[in-house]
Amino acid sequence: MPDKRDVTLAVNGKTYAVSIEPRRSLANVLRDDCGLTGTHLGCEHGVCGACTVLVNDKPVRSCLMFGVQAEGKTVRTVEGLADGETLHPLQQAFWENHGLQCGFCTPGFLMLAAGALQENPDMSDDDIKDVLSSNLCRCTGYQNIVKAVRLAAREMRARARA
Amino acid sequence: MNWIGRRLPRLEDPALLKGGGSYVADRAAKAAAVSFVRSPVARGTIVDIEIPSDATVFTGRDLVDVKPIRPILHRPDYVAIGQPVLPIDRVSFCGQALAVVVADDAALAEDIAEQVFVDIDVADAIINFETALAPDATPVHPEAASNVLVEGRMKTQGLDKVFADAAEIVALDVRSHRQSAAPMENRGGLAEYDAGSGRVTLTASVQMPHMLRTGIADTLDMPESDLRVIAPDVGGGFGQKMSLFPEYVVLVWLARKLKRSVAWIEDRRENLLASAHSRDQAFSLRGAFAKDGRLLGLEADLRSNIGAFSCYPVTCGVEPLMAFAELPGPYDFAEYGVRSRGVTTNTCMMAPYRGVSRPTLTFSMERMMDVAAKRLGIDAAEIRRRNLIKAFPHRSPTGLVYDEGSYLQAMEVAIDAADLPAFRARQSALRTLGRYLGVGISVFSERTGYGTPAYAARGMDIVPGYEIVDCSMDPSGDVVLRIGSSPHGQGLKTSLAQLVSDELGIEPHRIRIISGDTDATPYGWGTFASRSMVIAGAASKLAAGKIAVKLKTIAATLMETSSDNIELKDGWARVSHSNQAMEIGALARAAYHQSHRFEGLLPGLHENAVYDPGGTFSNACHIAFVEVDIETAGVRVDRFLVVEDAGVLINPMIVDGQITGGVAQGIANALFEEIVYDDTGNLLTASFADYLPPTAAEIPEIEIMHMETVSPESVTKAKGVGEGGAIGAPAAVVNAICDALSPFGIELFELPATPQRIREALRRAGGASYA
Repeated sequence: MPDKRDVTLAVNGKTYAVSIEPRRSLANVLRDDCGLTGTHLGCEHGVCGACTVLVNDKPVRSCLMFGVQAEGKTVRTVEGLADGETLHPLQQAFWENHGLQCGFCTPGFLMLAAGALQENPDMSDDDIKDVLSSNLCRCTGYQNIVKAVRLAAREMRARARA
Repeated sequence: MNWIGRRLPRLEDPALLKGGGSYVADRAAKAAAVSFVRSPVARGTIVDIEIPSDATVFTGRDLVDVKPIRPILHRPDYVAIGQPVLPIDRVSFCGQALAVVVADDAALAEDIAEQVFVDIDVADAIINFETALAPDATPVHPEAASNVLVEGRMKTQGLDKVFADAAEIVALDVRSHRQSAAPMENRGGLAEYDAGSGRVTLTASVQMPHMLRTGIADTLDMPESDLRVIAPDVGGGFGQKMSLFPEYVVLVWLARKLKRSVAWIEDRRENLLASAHSRDQAFSLRGAFAKDGRLLGLEADLRSNIGAFSCYPVTCGVEPLMAFAELPGPYDFAEYGVRSRGVTTNTCMMAPYRGVSRPTLTFSMERMMDVAAKRLGIDAAEIRRRNLIKAFPHRSPTGLVYDEGSYLQAMEVAIDAADLPAFRARQSALRTLGRYLGVGISVFSERTGYGTPAYAARGMDIVPGYEIVDCSMDPSGDVVLRIGSSPHGQGLKTSLAQLVSDELGIEPHRIRIISGDTDATPYGWGTFASRSMVIAGAASKLAAGKIAVKLKTIAATLMETSSDNIELKDGWARVSHSNQAMEIGALARAAYHQSHRFEGLLPGLHENAVYDPGGTFSNACHIAFVEVDIETAGVRVDRFLVVEDAGVLINPMIVDGQITGGVAQGIANALFEEIVYDDTGNLLTASFADYLPPTAAEIPEIEIMHMETVSPESVTKAKGVGEGGAIGAPAAVVNAICDALSPFGIELFELPATPQRIREALRRAGGASYA
């Protein structure tokens, strides 16, 4: 059994003290050690993006990052997106615009979009489509995801102005 | 308020959006981890399997008492082949599970699996049609005389005559390369052992939980009552998760053997290598056309590569026999001759994938129509106009009866929306600038929601088709529906809730639907083949209708009127032409707590219904607009139009979602996705870097319009809509590419039309600027 390391992770504003093998991916640590199973694994080689989380506010493939590398950084997963019972504008827009079917890729798309909009709240439609082409969805054919992100971005800009 | 027809946001979504979905891997944390040792070669004899000391590893020799998976078709031309859950002597495809490792966690199990040494005496693999069908081919399975495991043949009497009289005979060889359904969630199973009862609960990412229970119980020779199968949230299936796979049998065997809980969560490489493939087909067609463009007769030689084994329960007949029966599609002609073979090879098993054969057969027919139109000097739309089915019910040359549809009207609506004259002007203007635009039409029929008669006609030993639904209303007036269908992304729970809401006069959020649990639902067939809305929908409506009758009787008794005067709406039972009303919740309470007052009624509100339909045909027309860059041979889909007729729409938002997702898979089928083996049977596309599902950048906005033909064959007036998008799109896209490249005289007959294939065609035509 490889040696374990004690690591403290800051996820969704909570502190998790975990003892993990250095070879374990951040995705596995989030799922197995923190019990945050909303982050999904679709390919484990960095293509599908189902495992996307925010690390220091930037979208990251959590299957391509080791858990130990997240020490000292802030991590945000889909469980930390809603404000209590109030859905995040992205979650609300995905719901209203049928941006999900089986739901497996959804957490990755939500976190990808959340990170991208945090970096650039004024993305053009083409920019949005371009960013979203980082991840794979097999059910929706994408157009409702693109639409949901567009409408959520508009809503978030309106709220920021208010 | 009526709920049918509303774009109600899905009841399934809030949990999924908050990370609260519960997929099998999310439930597996406490179980021991399982990893499979897989064959690195496609064919050979197992000499030895060396196991590291102190490791928990089992091979086929430990599972000799487990029966092989051996699905049956009762047809004289069908050869039943057994698939051992772990083989003892023979390897049949690259990736086949040979041994199983159990360890404390998944990483450790994989470490041990790497240390298991498999000694195989390698033999030459049979990978493709040419080697498998060669006269001197060695059979892949020694117990079979040849590599043809199923063969359908028929020929109508007048076929030879129409070919003799034909003005034009169009012959074409079509090739559809192999694909994977590639659901975003891979397969996976968790087998939990209950020490008290000795029962095992298998939670698995599957589409047919009851069938899985029967199949596993049969192979392990155990009573079905000792096994509970749960399909939790399932991350897409598209057919791939219908079949009984050896891995699930092994998991249940391990749980019983070790008396502990074990979990196997498949990775992407395994999924691409060893789950199931499809669409590996080669069709040779000859169409006999009259001078006016009417198709008089069709002759077809259809080969489907079914891989190393026959999938359970639908068998390796699923692609060949679908092609055999449904090749005529939306066209009205009488003379048909067909030979359709399922050919076994040393490759991953073929199993259903959204559309099953119909993407390939639609591609074949629609390519043929375009080629015939060009040869006869008829417009592409006009030749279809002259051949589409116009009278109903229509009987196809294979005996299928088509119910009411709108084949011609749907195409006309699509053509109007496409504004072809404007497109042709733009196309010709841009050609002078070296830009190549094209438009392609595809018209097709989609047989949906078929019951036992259709499956029995195939000779299936296990005949699926009906659905049973239990419906109960509790004393507060809330409803529970227990269904045998097993939705996994289709939004069926929302659609059924809308349907039942209108039946009972209560809001959809008061209706809870339980699916995917063999302990909690009636025996059923799961979700596949565009069936659930038609079949489970009808059974739900009928069961809820019985409750409605009972509620009205109770209301009539309590309000001293006749039940004919009662209307259930908006949570109330109202007496017509009066102010009298009672809340439905109060009636429900009375049904349970005051049952002595209702003479002739059984206490409570608990009903069930069964529905087993003949089937209903949906239809659609797709029109694709593409631009081909003749230097790179890259294809961009600029616009995609769908006119769909799936009967009455229960939730139009969900229906559009099904169409859009299907079209995206169809565009992928047309342009990108291909499973490739090398000559030795080694898989070359075992990652998403090599196997290419499209992204948001490749899929255009899909414009959707609806026709709503009401069919007497559907109780809900809805037709199935799950597969159509995937069926029609490949033909529309490739027809559009050929239209774009018509100045070079290029006709493509291969799927996917990759840049390499288009470049090669351009080179041959002298249209590429460099070799």
